[in-house]
Amino acid sequence: MDIVLDGFAILARWDVVAALLIGSVGGVIIGAIPGVGAAVAIAILLPATFSFDPIVGLTILLGIYGSSMYGGAIPAVLINTPGTAVNALTTYDGYPLTQRGEGRRALSLAYSASFFGGIFSVLCLIILSPLLASIAPHFGSREIFLAALLGLVLAVIVHRGQSVIAAFLVFFGIFINTIGLHTATLTRRFTFDLNFLASGINLIVVVLGLFALSQAFVLLVGRDESPETKPVSGGLFQGLGEVFKYPGTATASSGFGVVMGMIPGVGEFMAQFLSYTFAQRRSKTPDEFGKGAPEGLIASEASNNAVPGAAMIPLLALGVPGEALTAMMLTVFYVHNVVPGPQLFQNQLDFVMALYLALLILNVMVLVFLLFSTNMLLQVIRIPTRFLGVMILTLAFVGVYSLRNSAWDCVIAAVFGFIGFVLKRLRLPIVPIILGMVLGQIMEVKLRASMARVKTPLDFIDRPIAFILFCAIVIIIVMHVRTLIKNRKAERTEHA
Amino acid sequence: MADETPKLEQIAAAERLGGDRYFAIAIVVLSAGLLALIGEQTQWKNGSALLKQPAFWPGISLIGMTVCALLYLAQSLRSERYVSWDRRELVVWLRCLEFPIWFMAYVFIVPVVGYLPTSVVFSPLLARRMGYSSSRVLLSAALMGAFIVILFKGFLQVRVPGGALYEYLPDTLRNFMILYL
Repeated sequence: MDIVLDGFAILARWDVVAALLIGSVGGVIIGAIPGVGAAVAIAILLPATFSFDPIVGLTILLGIYGSSMYGGAIPAVLINTPGTAVNALTTYDGYPLTQRGEGRRALSLAYSASFFGGIFSVLCLIILSPLLASIAPHFGSREIFLAALLGLVLAVIVHRGQSVIAAFLVFFGIFINTIGLHTATLTRRFTFDLNFLASGINLIVVVLGLFALSQAFVLLVGRDESPETKPVSGGLFQGLGEVFKYPGTATASSGFGVVMGMIPGVGEFMAQFLSYTFAQRRSKTPDEFGKGAPEGLIASEASNNAVPGAAMIPLLALGVPGEALTAMMLTVFYVHNVVPGPQLFQNQLDFVMALYLALLILNVMVLVFLLFSTNMLLQVIRIPTRFLGVMILTLAFVGVYSLRNSAWDCVIAAVFGFIGFVLKRLRLPIVPIILGMVLGQIMEVKLRASMARVKTPLDFIDRPIAFILFCAIVIIIVMHVRTLIKNRKAERTEHA
Repeated sequence: MADETPKLEQIAAAERLGGDRYFAIAIVVLSAGLLALIGEQTQWKNGSALLKQPAFWPGISLIGMTVCALLYLAQSLRSERYVSWDRRELVVWLRCLEFPIWFMAYVFIVPVVGYLPTSVVFSPLLARRMGYSSSRVLLSAALMGAFIVILFKGFLQVRVPGGALYEYLPDTLRNFMILYL
């Protein structure tokens, strides 16, 4: 209990409250605009948060991360266009409800399911924190190396049908991270005698290029669209209780969100897929799924909103970010010389608790904001897409240039913007590059640190957690290869 | 022909999006090219263990990239596709190159003219280029440019240097402009 009160004490500052408000409201607005998304907003805001206290900067970013999916449900439900990529499944049942004239019910169901998922995940984390604090110190260099490796393996495997290119992009990310001065031997790697490459390629520059600039290019090159929206009549309070008519679906979906969020490299898509499938299987009316089933909507929204809180676990406890947004947050820690990992969980549990409480509060703030402002947000959805592209391009400049006032950073960001554009056009994933960069760096450092105590390869896995992680990696790879072989055989049989 | 309209059965049979083959070839060339340069761009330290060599991680990543790129190219070559989509997509990629140029122009003009004047002009200019001609939209773009500067440089104090032209302003205004706009 004391630790919870200490967490509240950290949050009881005007600047933290302002950050919570700006982050949560800003996140909802950003999430509601199709074509922007939390990643773009966080990438742009990241350098601006460096001048704040870690708790203030992280609260703004957490606010955007945690609330964007609430906002993303609005266009998903009303105009069949997900505001953020992770709201895609919400359109399956949300839009059919709107077509039946039940848009208001669908929105309040989406809000209440999101709220349920968000609160469920934070409560799980608060309860789990003491346990995590006791486990975290058992993670040494070897275990963190293996956890990062597990994250990369999962980042490849979750991209079903695109594993080869996901693996390429992971290796590409690892390679980008190796460019520059190798600090252990003070030798240059792939700098081509260019001085600006000696300090390496900054993660934030890559993030801004891949997420913000590429999105601006996509919007500027594409057709101009300005979705038509109809205002929602009547209050949204009535449907709030409906989520409790399906407690099993809401709880199981939130549970999937928590578990998938905790595993590095997995995230919202897998959580949604599993919870939607699970909800459909245990439903009395599985045929209604995809045609306006309330359970389908609850499964989608509860699971994706349970992920942000859980995704903070590997970041805070091990210093291993599980996806792109937490990878960006990692840079905020580094800038302030706060090193996430076992030590943070052990020595600064009040700080960790403050972050969880911030997530709890922002879920309440977002729900209240949405209940009163949904019709106002419909105006934002109508911003023409090319105009949005102009806005993002202008904003991206602040993000990149303010880092080091370097024109070379802008050139690199523009190059990655183009790479991101091509990947998006080909519908290929971007996140593996970021995970490769961040986890690759962690793996390089931790492998070097652990080599001092490792004489034979078996020494690497002679501790229980290291052994479990190693087994998990082997099992996952073997299962994936088995599935690939099965699918190939099935394809051949089909063709024959 | 790039403008040829595909038949329904061609669309149904296509397993890959247009441009995929060009992309596959590009990543093979990039990966193999970088791998070929590994001896030149990294050093081998005598007496150091393999895992501690500066070339170890670049080597692992480049071998991984090359193998995956070759596999991807093989998949791409094997897949059913509608050839003219590749060429059409390449044109889209080339059209996109205009926007990094706009971005870089913005980057190089800001230190000379200053953040506020550049943003107030850049945003409506790009909006005009994108086909917006109504004065309402162009004014909105200019106001948005000004708002971004005031928010980020004025309030959040991000590090964007003052423009060289600010030096010609009167002392008090110059200091204000350098610090906040």
